[in-house]
Amino acid sequence: MTLGYHGAIMTPTGSLEARVLAILAHHAGREGALLPVLHDVQAAFGCVPQEAVPVIAKGLNLSRAEVHGVVTFYHDFRSEPAGRRHVRICRGEACQAMGADALATRVLAHFRLDWDGTTSDGAVTVSPIFCLGLCSVAPAVQVDGAVHARVSAEVVIRLAEGGT
Amino acid sequence: MIRIFVPGDSVAVACGVEAVLVALRAVAEKAGRPLEVTRTGSRGLHWLEPLVEVERGGVRHGYGPLRAADVDLRILEGGVHPRHLGPVEDLPALRLQTRLLFARCGVADPLSFSAYAARGGMAGISRARALGPEGVVAEVTASGLRGRGGAGFPAGIKWKTVAAAPGARKFVVCNADEGDSGTFADRMLMEGDPLGLIEGMAIAAFAVGAGKGYIYSRSEYPLANRTLAAALEVARAEGLLGPDFDIELRIGAGSYVCGEETALLESLEGKRGQVRAKPPLPAHHGLFGMPTVVNNVLTLASVPWILSQGSAAYQALGHGRSRGTMPLQLAGNVKRGGLYEVPFGMTLGQIVDGLGGGTASGRPVRAVQCGGPLGAYFPRALFDTVYDYESFAAREGLVGHGGIVVFDDTVDMARQARFAMEFCSIESCGKCTPCRIGSVRGMEVIDRILAGDEVERNIALLDELCETMKFGSLCALGGFVPYPVLSAVRHFPEDFVAPARRRQRELAS
Ligand SMILES: Cc1cc2nc3c(=O)[nH]c(=O)nc-3n(C[C@H](O)[C@H](O)[C@H](O)COP(=O)(O)O)c2cc1C
Ligand code: FES
Repeated sequence: MTLGYHGAIMTPTGSLEARVLAILAHHAGREGALLPVLHDVQAAFGCVPQEAVPVIAKGLNLSRAEVHGVVTFYHDFRSEPAGRRHVRICRGEACQAMGADALATRVLAHFRLDWDGTTSDGAVTVSPIFCLGLCSVAPAVQVDGAVHARVSAEVVIRLAEGGT
Repeated sequence: MIRIFVPGDSVAVACGVEAVLVALRAVAEKAGRPLEVTRTGSRGLHWLEPLVEVERGGVRHGYGPLRAADVDLRILEGGVHPRHLGPVEDLPALRLQTRLLFARCGVADPLSFSAYAARGGMAGISRARALGPEGVVAEVTASGLRGRGGAGFPAGIKWKTVAAAPGARKFVVCNADEGDSGTFADRMLMEGDPLGLIEGMAIAAFAVGAGKGYIYSRSEYPLANRTLAAALEVARAEGLLGPDFDIELRIGAGSYVCGEETALLESLEGKRGQVRAKPPLPAHHGLFGMPTVVNNVLTLASVPWILSQGSAAYQALGHGRSRGTMPLQLAGNVKRGGLYEVPFGMTLGQIVDGLGGGTASGRPVRAVQCGGPLGAYFPRALFDTVYDYESFAAREGLVGHGGIVVFDDTVDMARQARFAMEFCSIESCGKCTPCRIGSVRGMEVIDRILAGDEVERNIALLDELCETMKFGSLCALGGFVPYPVLSAVRHFPEDFVAPARRRQRELAS
């Protein structure tokens, strides 16, 4: 069981539709609930699957186009799940001042990726992120939600490969 | 019993505090010494993190920066150790601060209501109830408190507008979408003293007649969000929140422009984070069309102190029309990075060289960017600028949310200018053309300058493009991105011309 952003307990089993309906039920009565719903859908499936869009639209009384428009507007929402490890490298100015550009170049080259790409074995996705609020201990990265500061390219590669 | 205080703040965690705590527990256990651990927020002395405090004779001694390998019994005994810093409260970096807003941060368990009340918590809302709504608005206005999210708009005037606006419902929205690179004060406060923010929101709601509040935080801040969610439960259990006023925590989804207040409201309504044309102001026509106070975390969290200590005490601090204190956030290539809460009025040089101690790399400071990605770059020649809203504006700079990012002499300012345009193009909400298209054109023009292609003509073009963006954009994303770009061109012209010339020479030879 994972806890979604808004505290919804994700049902680990059931059809996609049943699981999305359970999330919608959890948010019933919430005004402007689309973002909380999308966060929980992504927490459950690792992305916002195409098939979830009509279910969400119907549940919240929106058009599919509206839901699609929101999903594509926000950088967080993915159409495909990320790799088993999701590395986000901060590209903000404070991290740049501590060599984040060169660090990112090395990490991407190591995994032969472009930004937001996933290695062919599905192990690692490397994404940019703009500021983790760790600007005083830069450069900073997030790996599957855990934060790491004052990192080098070597450390990031090790973390991405499952080390500590 | 040995009492130790260990920060659970994101900075400490990211710097490895959990491994240090494991080591401390192991040493205590081996020595058969019972240990009482209090998890706190951060003091903001980030260059010393992980910073552990050990109580000895009622005084908290600091040890940091610690690695697990540094840990031994001497630390637990509060004794001599290479990482011993002495009594924490005596550290110069804390002594020279005036901590009103961050007084509790890093000191106590952020989720302990009794610790909160013991350190002045709830005094603000008590006085607010005694004063009545109009009295609260008058007090906040008299304090001179200005919005800490970026624009510096007087908080009291905004509250007065919402209080007077007719509406079936009213809202208080806390802007916790802290997207500016180089800033982390909101995060630190939410992790270190969330009840102070909640009390500030409850006071705002009381003053304007709002029944519901929202905190719009960021997905980039998972730890802060967990602490906030827990703090909301504590506030409900203790009656700070209740049937008259409750707060819902909402989380953004990685969009910078959603920090702009009208885009934020759209996002709360479940829509794309597109900026609304103003007027109408959110104060009149805000969330779900209702009168809404939108204030930054720091603005709201300043209010309990102002009410409990009185507006005159706040107003007595500061410089010019910038009253009170500002939590400066020193970041990037800086020796002593972290948060410094000081009254407005220091010079930029005193801040960067004095508080910050220059660069972390030991090389000369070449440029500092103040006020986030939309703020100007300052060269050393402007280090006499006084830190207040008006003095910064007079030099085309931005206090903004208080971020100061330091760069050493290896920085390539043309690349920084290009990044400003790139960031704008990535984060533009797409509603207005000057921002959406202008930023892409801006990158192209800078690329041509860097390639040595008709440099002078392209710099003139960049100037023109920036003017169009300044005056034609719907919000300050496109409207302010010209400031970092043009400040880079103006103060560091050699970075735009020299590489181009070099390339031209290479081409010629
Ligand atoms: C692109 C953009 C991003 C912004 N981001 C933030 C932010 O992250 N936090 C914030 O408090 N204000 C942000 N603002 C300013 C808000 O629009 C608004 O002025 C502020 O929330 C008002 O609160 P205050 O008066 O307490 O500062 C941003 C503005 C713009 C144009
Ligand atoms: S700029 Fe990288 S953490 Fe803020």
